[in-house]
Amino acid sequence: MSANALYLKTPLRRLSDVLYRHPRALLAVLLGPPLLWFLVVYLGSLLALLWQGFYSFDDFSMTVRPDLTLVNYAHIFAPANWEIIVRTVAMAAAVTLASALIAFPIAYYMAVYAGKAEKGLFYIGVMLPMWASYIVKAYSWTVILAKGGLVYWVAGKLGLVPLLEALLALPYVGGSTLSTSHLGRFLVFTYIWLPFMILPIQAAIERVPQSLMQASQDLGAGPLAGFRHVLLPLAFPGVVAGSIFTFSLTLGDYIIPTLVGPSGLFIGNFVYVQQGAAGNIPLAAAFTVVPIALIAAYLAAARRLGAFDAL
Amino acid sequence: MTSASAVEFERVSRVYGSVRAVDGVSLSIPDGEFFSLLGPSGSGKTTCLRLIAGFEQPDGGCIRIHGEVASGLPPYRRDVNTVFQDYALFPHMDVLRNVEYGLMVKGVGKAERRARAEEALASVALADLAGRRPSQLSGGQRQRIALARAIVNRPKVLLLDEPLGALDLKLREQMQGELKSLQKRLGITFVFVTHDQGEALSMSDRVAVFNRGRIEQVASPQTLYNRPETVFVADFVGSANIFDAAGAERLIGRRQAFSVRPENIALNRELPGGHAVEGRVLDVLFHGASSRLDIAVGDGEPVSVTLSNSVLHAGGMPAPGDAVRLSWPESAVVPLRD
Repeated sequence: MSANALYLKTPLRRLSDVLYRHPRALLAVLLGPPLLWFLVVYLGSLLALLWQGFYSFDDFSMTVRPDLTLVNYAHIFAPANWEIIVRTVAMAAAVTLASALIAFPIAYYMAVYAGKAEKGLFYIGVMLPMWASYIVKAYSWTVILAKGGLVYWVAGKLGLVPLLEALLALPYVGGSTLSTSHLGRFLVFTYIWLPFMILPIQAAIERVPQSLMQASQDLGAGPLAGFRHVLLPLAFPGVVAGSIFTFSLTLGDYIIPTLVGPSGLFIGNFVYVQQGAAGNIPLAAAFTVVPIALIAAYLAAARRLGAFDAL
Repeated sequence: MTSASAVEFERVSRVYGSVRAVDGVSLSIPDGEFFSLLGPSGSGKTTCLRLIAGFEQPDGGCIRIHGEVASGLPPYRRDVNTVFQDYALFPHMDVLRNVEYGLMVKGVGKAERRARAEEALASVALADLAGRRPSQLSGGQRQRIALARAIVNRPKVLLLDEPLGALDLKLREQMQGELKSLQKRLGITFVFVTHDQGEALSMSDRVAVFNRGRIEQVASPQTLYNRPETVFVADFVGSANIFDAAGAERLIGRRQAFSVRPENIALNRELPGGHAVEGRVLDVLFHGASSRLDIAVGDGEPVSVTLSNSVLHAGGMPAPGDAVRLSWPESAVVPLRD
């Protein structure tokens, strides 16, 4: 009598039987390589970078020596450097706030009202700008915002040039032209990072059951109260997720500050200058700690405020 | 303007595309009544509830809540509260804050809303769970919290959307009793949506049976069961042997559809002035307290008969294949329209 084909043992089947009986071994085989890659390439290189922040830099010979020192980290607090950090953080905060304000209504519409086809169009619309080259988009904004550019032309046609000029005369906001103003830089940053805010908020709102909003209305809460007490708290983890993107991407960017806006370095430009032209890799490394520490502090604050209670 | 009706529908319609979910429904629910909307899924009963709550607006007709025209009012400006099918408890708030929510958004002071919330929790016997999150509660507990969150607002009408559907049988039967006694104690109108006819019959003062967006019959549970008016009601509420006009002519000599409940048919017994027919037992299904016999009469028409298995009822149970004589009194004949 021939054996049932189901019970035939081939080497491959033996292996798969062993893995089936030992789920931990299967997990190790599947998870091991990616985890190793992640540990070495991501966390390993990051730790190596932070470690380099403790190395010494000889200003005369322009060389790095592996003598441990805290000088680089102390440099962060030098007034000139501190100004860079304040400038960058203020911009990142403004961009994040504006992105959240613009993104929330769009995300809400996508999650609650849009039908299937409409939602697909929204997804494409939100992500389409991300398909184009970031450099090209940043450069085209310099043209749009330049004197004689699209914005000035439209403002001229509408007779709004005095308003634009009054806006540009404001301290901390203005500049000599739109493309060399803080406002212009803020517009470009917000344009570039907005999709990273819309998608997480949309996903978060989608996870809030509609019956909760109805229950809120049923219990006598108008739209504003329902938004404040139910929708916003429940969707807030999405806002936090999006703001980590917009905040950290703005903190680390060095291209937009070069192309648009007034002079004055951002953290990214400073790191670029230090490790490129100056060759002071230890100081550049020490400066990369700043965004990491800021994001960590931001998340700790968000957690304290109960942003993750709904998770 | 005063009105005895807690809820009044006047030829109310709700249309989705080409589907008339609610099709010209008129009904009147007196204040303090336990009223059920019973029907299969898609029959329009839940849409009616949502029309009362204000989540839907009628496309035609008029809805009044305690005499006030409610059409056009948003849910948060109606003096009704809903117990949702999925309970819809706020996951980011503890039980006490869930129950307080309605009072909080209406600006009731902290001390008063705490006291009223605790009272509402006590009335559903869950006062000790005030600090828990909904995710830490069982299904039955969530159901009671949802109930407490609704009644704490002392609404004029409480709407319940299949609130017991997710509970297991024992818990469901217990909650049926509790809901009924809660309604008596509070004295407010309950509008209860269910597809479970047993639930509707055991709890309600009156029941409206829905079919395809229309009301088939509104009656007390006893009337609904004993005197169904339509083929649909006879079929949906309890089990029934339903005969069309042709069958009726053969069996009882009248050309009108009728039904006979399986428990109202006697086997092998003469009932003077009643109706009788010969048949053959196809199958006997044991149900515990009773057994159901599937019997073929005449030209193979199926008839169900329920016989008690109580020891008090002497006499053997027929076996499949036995020839039997079925009889029922004229009072068991319920004439039906389509």
